[in-house]
Amino acid sequence: MAEPDKPQMAAAAAAGAAKTAGRSGRSTELPEHLKAYKGVWVFIEHDRGQVHSVSWELMGEARKLADKLGVNVSGVLLGGPADKLEDFAKEACIYGADHCYIMRDPVLQGYRNEPYTKGLTDLVNQHQPEIMLLGATTMGRDLAGSVATTLGTGLTADCTELNIDGRALAATRPTFGGSLLCTIMTLAYRPQMATMRPRTAAMPRRDESRSGGITTMALGIIETDIVTKLLEFVPDANRNTVNLAYADIIVTGGKGLKNADNFKLVWDLARVLGAEVGATRAVTQAGWCESERQVGQTGKTVRPKLYIAAGVSGAIQHRVGMESSDIIVAINTDPNAPIFDFAHHGIVGNAMQVLPALTHAFRTHLDKRIKRAA
Amino acid sequence: MHIVVCIKQVPDSAQIRVHPVTNTIMRQGVPAIVNPYDLFALEEALRLKDKFGGRVTMLCMGPPQAEDALRKCISFGATDAVLVTDRAFAGADTLATSYALTSAIRKISQEQAVDLVFTGKQTIDGDTAQVGPGIAKRLGWNLLTYVSKINAVDLDGRTITVERRAEGGVQRLKTTLPSLITMLEGTNEMRFATMDDMLRAARVPVRKWNKDDAGIEDITKIGLKGSPTIVSKVFAPKARSARAEMQEVGDGASVNDACLNLLQKIFTTHPTLEEETVDRLSA
Ligand SMILES: Cc1cc2nc3c(=O)[nH]c(=O)nc-3n(C[C@H](O)[C@H](O)[C@H](O)COP(=O)(O)OP(=O)(O)OC[C@H]3O[C@@H](n4cnc5c(N)ncnc54)[C@H](O)[C@@H]3O)c2cc1C
Repeated sequence: MAEPDKPQMAAAAAAGAAKTAGRSGRSTELPEHLKAYKGVWVFIEHDRGQVHSVSWELMGEARKLADKLGVNVSGVLLGGPADKLEDFAKEACIYGADHCYIMRDPVLQGYRNEPYTKGLTDLVNQHQPEIMLLGATTMGRDLAGSVATTLGTGLTADCTELNIDGRALAATRPTFGGSLLCTIMTLAYRPQMATMRPRTAAMPRRDESRSGGITTMALGIIETDIVTKLLEFVPDANRNTVNLAYADIIVTGGKGLKNADNFKLVWDLARVLGAEVGATRAVTQAGWCESERQVGQTGKTVRPKLYIAAGVSGAIQHRVGMESSDIIVAINTDPNAPIFDFAHHGIVGNAMQVLPALTHAFRTHLDKRIKRAA
Repeated sequence: MHIVVCIKQVPDSAQIRVHPVTNTIMRQGVPAIVNPYDLFALEEALRLKDKFGGRVTMLCMGPPQAEDALRKCISFGATDAVLVTDRAFAGADTLATSYALTSAIRKISQEQAVDLVFTGKQTIDGDTAQVGPGIAKRLGWNLLTYVSKINAVDLDGRTITVERRAEGGVQRLKTTLPSLITMLEGTNEMRFATMDDMLRAARVPVRKWNKDDAGIEDITKIGLKGSPTIVSKVFAPKARSARAEMQEVGDGASVNDACLNLLQKIFTTHPTLEEETVDRLSA
């Protein structure tokens, strides 16, 4: 009944969208007072002194959208006294922003839904952007859902592609677990909001010559107004060890490796390549490796230069997380495994034999090169 | 304690096929299940009921057959169930869905005040994770998303302490009741249905509410009409034009040859990858 039921009626909805009002009687025409909304905004997410890379990926996308519309890109930064918001604003311009809005307040130290929702909603109401983008992170999704409901506007979650159609944002997202893609538009409401999955867009190029203006705004609530208290933040112990989303090379093992012991062959090859280890859901559920290493719809989206998948069938839920890798290599005993339909190179064979041989080949080759480099 | 758990009936997405010509979902024969993430929410609610007593009311918006999903939840130990079902709800996006569910929760609160609403972190068909935050905002309640653990509930002091998954770590938050929680997967093992509850599930009436029963005040906010988002296109993911370049290997020497061959192909077509790998390993 909600969004997922829409595919069947997509044709009707699209036809309806073309007219002023569809059969349902809903208006698809932008009301006069919303036509003043201009510009593309990116909510810049940061945490303990670091901007989440998805914000820069979004900045690159925002720049493209804004250029098509002929409008400006603004970064939005909310944070506490200790956060280096001005530095982040400078970075934002280097990645493509024309301008930044900064809201600094003690109650914005560390993310909480209540003050952030108020802050972002106030900023939108005052400065009226036509498009607002956030990362599809735990913070971005929490905040976007609240802000969109408060503003009574449309929100498209977890997009993998953003475009402009006419003057409207056309946001494409996987649905039904990635079996289908759908493009969603918000025609009669502003801002048009979307969250985008980390690593689905490429990092934009830095342009150190770029700079932009800053507008600061006050929040206007104090701690005693806020019901929810942040007692503690416990950072993940292995935060810096598992860096799947940004790895250049990933070696992934699937259920075809049969047991946890054979899964070590994946680690061997990864070590030789200086790569990260990935896994399918079947593997993380079997407990052969930690769940942070799961690649796919309910795991991480990755876009390495080289993705080696051994004993992986290539189910759609896995595919959506890794198909934008530059080179995909598959090792599978079954020549009809779906993964061969979208891999670039395939070895049809037993992973328990192929992985050690591949490890050996790369080690021999790279050892020679490393000696020369030293 | 009165807890409402919102669930959705979804097609088992692992078994879904897309029609090759029309690009529509082929649902025939695909079993409908309770959205798996909602079951984690239900389990958490049942644990609180075990501890504090009270009542767990299931709530679902959906077609009449979603009654099965609600009965399934009663068989796990939920007290009763409400199905919000009306053609007027059809085509709802997340904003319209949260409006309808919020109205129903207000109605349920009139029977007995609600302390907590639970949802799963997201559905497996829509994946939006937006309905929970939407309901919380509309109710004006505290929102706790991606909760992995409930540390403490103080019914007299009206407070709750939870752990929530954040980027790069876990937040410990304390807030007041009533609150809305979206529950992360895998926190607690789902319990088995008892024979008593299974029998009860078959008997308990599932209340079916249309838009009037659910107390919908503004009918422009439900269904397609109340949905700001418009699906303009649905299509299958692009198939890569060419299949993988494949080598079949048997035993022994051919494996090594195939691997060498593969290595050469990768490094000659992507020389920078080789340089970067060497640099990374030399560092
Ligand atoms: C809601 C939902 C979300 C999901 N999210 C994800 C997700 O995020 N990520 C994910 O990965 N999955 C996800 N899945 C699961 C997904 O549908 C598949 O079940 C899973 O990806 C399969 O993992 P696999 O390829 O390791 O195992 P299998 O499907 O069991 O495939 C094993 C493969 O190994 C091959 N094989 C067997 N023996 C050998 C051998 N000796 N040498 C080489 N090859 C061999 C077989 O031919 C087969 O192709 C999700 C499912 C659902 C329902």
